[in-house]
Amino acid sequence: MKNLFQKLFAYFDSRLMLSTIGELAKKKTIPEHKHSFWYYFGGICLFLFIIQVITGILLLLYYKPTMDSAYESIQFIMSQVKFGWLIRSVHSWTANILIGAIFIHMFSAFFMKAYRPPRDLTWITGFFLLLLFMFFGFSGYLLPWNELSFFATRVGTDIAGTLPLIGKALKSFILGGPDVSGATITRFFWLHIAILPFFTLLFLGLHILLVQILGMSKPIGFPKAKVKEVPFFPNFILKDALGWMLILTLVGILCVFFPWELGKKADIFATTPLGIKPEWYFTFMFTTLKLVPAHFLFIEGELLAIFGFLIGGLIWLLVPYLDRKAAMEQKSPGFSLLGLIVLLYIIIMTALTYFHPNL
Amino acid sequence: MKKSISGLVIFLFFILFVPFHTLADGCIKCHKELENALKAPAEAFQMDVHQKYGLSCTSCHGGNPEQEDIDAKDDSFKGVPLRKDIPELCGSCHSDSLYMRKFNPNLRVDQMELYWTSQHGQLLKTGDIKVAVCTDCHGIHGILESSHPRSWIFPWNIPSTCGHCHSNKEYMKDYSISVYQAEDYKQSVHAHALLEKKDLSAPVCNDCHGNHGAAPPEVTSIGYVCRQCHPSASELFSESPHKEAFDELEISECEACHGNHKILPPSDEMLGTGEGAVCIECHDPESTAYKIATTIKDELDDFKSKMLNAENKLQRADKQGVEISEARFRLQEAHTTLIQVRNLTHSFSLDKIEEKIKEGTNVIAEVSEAGDSALKEAKFRKRGLIVATFFIFLLAIALLFKIKQIEKKIPQ
Amino acid sequence: MKRRTFINLFLGGSLVGTIGSFLYPVIRYLLPPKQSEAGVASVSAAKSGELAPNTSKIFKFGSTPGILINTQEGELRAFVAICTHLTCTVVYEGDSESLLCPCHNGRFDLSGNVISGPPPAPLEALEVKIVGEDIIVSRIS
Repeated sequence: MKNLFQKLFAYFDSRLMLSTIGELAKKKTIPEHKHSFWYYFGGICLFLFIIQVITGILLLLYYKPTMDSAYESIQFIMSQVKFGWLIRSVHSWTANILIGAIFIHMFSAFFMKAYRPPRDLTWITGFFLLLLFMFFGFSGYLLPWNELSFFATRVGTDIAGTLPLIGKALKSFILGGPDVSGATITRFFWLHIAILPFFTLLFLGLHILLVQILGMSKPIGFPKAKVKEVPFFPNFILKDALGWMLILTLVGILCVFFPWELGKKADIFATTPLGIKPEWYFTFMFTTLKLVPAHFLFIEGELLAIFGFLIGGLIWLLVPYLDRKAAMEQKSPGFSLLGLIVLLYIIIMTALTYFHPNL
Repeated sequence: MKKSISGLVIFLFFILFVPFHTLADGCIKCHKELENALKAPAEAFQMDVHQKYGLSCTSCHGGNPEQEDIDAKDDSFKGVPLRKDIPELCGSCHSDSLYMRKFNPNLRVDQMELYWTSQHGQLLKTGDIKVAVCTDCHGIHGILESSHPRSWIFPWNIPSTCGHCHSNKEYMKDYSISVYQAEDYKQSVHAHALLEKKDLSAPVCNDCHGNHGAAPPEVTSIGYVCRQCHPSASELFSESPHKEAFDELEISECEACHGNHKILPPSDEMLGTGEGAVCIECHDPESTAYKIATTIKDELDDFKSKMLNAENKLQRADKQGVEISEARFRLQEAHTTLIQVRNLTHSFSLDKIEEKIKEGTNVIAEVSEAGDSALKEAKFRKRGLIVATFFIFLLAIALLFKIKQIEKKIPQ
Repeated sequence: MKRRTFINLFLGGSLVGTIGSFLYPVIRYLLPPKQSEAGVASVSAAKSGELAPNTSKIFKFGSTPGILINTQEGELRAFVAICTHLTCTVVYEGDSESLLCPCHNGRFDLSGNVISGPPPAPLEALEVKIVGEDIIVSRIS
């Protein structure tokens, strides 16, 4: 038995340089210090993404992306297909947990200043991954074609439509027409299973490669001698796996006790029900737009808010170059404060959407 | 000097303004300058349907609208008509089909004829001027078409129009009829449909009593009146033994159990022999009818509880996330059967009712089975979760051991 | 047994068990279910030629009952078969060429309009199209 295994290994090794890769892998270490708990979140994001890919591919077997059949096919999956309820609920719940994990991962990297060069490219690819995953969420949300998702999509694309100059064309391109329709389902489906996965693999591949090449970032001021380095294989990865097991259990409990609802089928002629809002990860922007005053000087309030977000996003993207102190391995409390403000803003705005929906 | 100047002004006033007025405005013009009760008719008439067709004050009151001198006598002027003369006055046009054809060929011309057959008309002939005449219901000067929502005779305004007299205790004290009809009606299911749900097909006073030939329906014909909208229940009733019995005993058919004005949504408690049941108002406990009534009620209650049971199962499964839309669809059939059974009670035929209940029971059995398997599925999911969690738990423990082993480099 | 070997076996065994408890649902999922396709808002109510003139058929339209009628003249009409009075399921009566609700004898004509009885509103009409051999009924767009 062992002989057979050795022979197989030798076969693949001579063609794929497995032993060389193995040597490199053995060298990979993870620093262990009081903040190294946050290192797990990158792997958690990856794990959840893989779950999404698998459940997504499974759902693809029975889902039908047309106005007449989308809702019914989900109903079919939930009622007729064996374990369809499980696959679908896992996909919906994991999507939300994944985006939550991405935010945690991003903020922990920010506060640990992991973006400082040479890891600026990792940060940039990470930023684009955040955008890609939010688009994943937005496009996927419409696909069951129920009342909530129809109106949330309409509200979201209406906002895109308010951008000056490009707004109308952009909205028409996204929707595949003037309003949310069957063409929108096709387009969002196209995005969700082809375009976004393609770019995600590209950026994710680059992101992970960079982490392997550059290693884990240590917080500023942690001298090399003080920090213990543990091998990634097998120590860290076993702990990673333990975390993944806990998450799996959590997802299982959520799916059995809080299955994702089917909702009511979307009716394109119906009037908008009260209290429509996008998924939770968009609500901080949504509530900002609701609270912003109608006019500020001569500029329309909403437009100002949208530009605010665009500029804010740009600053966030370029933080590795703006934070000079961190680049020089010096403590930069100013940027930590900035991060804290952004984080609190997002939390407060999200909470407001749910606790005071009638603003 | 002053007198001649004011005289000149008055003269100019009439020279300049009078020729510009048309025939109809003569009366209106003056009366509008007056106050209160003398002004009101002129104002109200602006909205009147007769005005729209080119008629005027003189069409009913006679007189010469071009005459400005109010003291001058005009033989054609009729003044305010007496109440007893009003039907003839309105009928002078409204019963003339050749004349009415010029305005609205579709309008009926038999109102006056019908009016004389009504209770109001009969009493008016004897000299009682307290009864309703045309103007009491239609209005006097601001008469609107019956299709206009603010017309006194638009369906949802009728209860208050009739109630204006019929609910007035003082006014009605010389007559031996109730004064609670409008009040009772307002609590009924018909009033709810008409006044709250704005369903114009719901009956109101004139639908059962007639409008111009208004009279309460005779005891033996109440069933026929209700049949206009409730054909099924009425047919079943007519075929049942109750029709003959009720007619012989002169018991008003539908009214005996459902009331006349205060017709409430029927409840299952009206059946059987318990509190609120109508059957025991006639039938003694020893009679066959009493036994049948009890059986019908019991079987209906049984059917309902089976249906509720099945519905509950589906709801429980739904709460636990199992998809049950197919079963709910089937339950809709059972719901149809329940409504049919309730209607069939008017036949008082145990056979017919039992047959229908059996149909429904079969459907419910199917739904219940579907509910059971849905609940089983919910249990299966929980069990599956426990199994998977168990393995994950084991794996987690194994990982912990492995991690500890590697970190502490436990000697073999 | 050496501790190390025990731990390895324990790890391997629980890993296999966990993977098994995930693979089992996935494999069951992949196998085709009994009802092969999703019910659609555009439903194949019948095959052409299935209904004789002046007869009808009740079919499932999403989660509501629908009724397909082949009129005396050979025209196909379809409605949501729920009476607008108290939601009983209507039937087609060939003798009177009308739809009847058996609960309170509400009657509808072949355009869905109320002819007599208590229903307050007409029946919801559906669109009928013949596609090849199938009679497809869908919501009016």
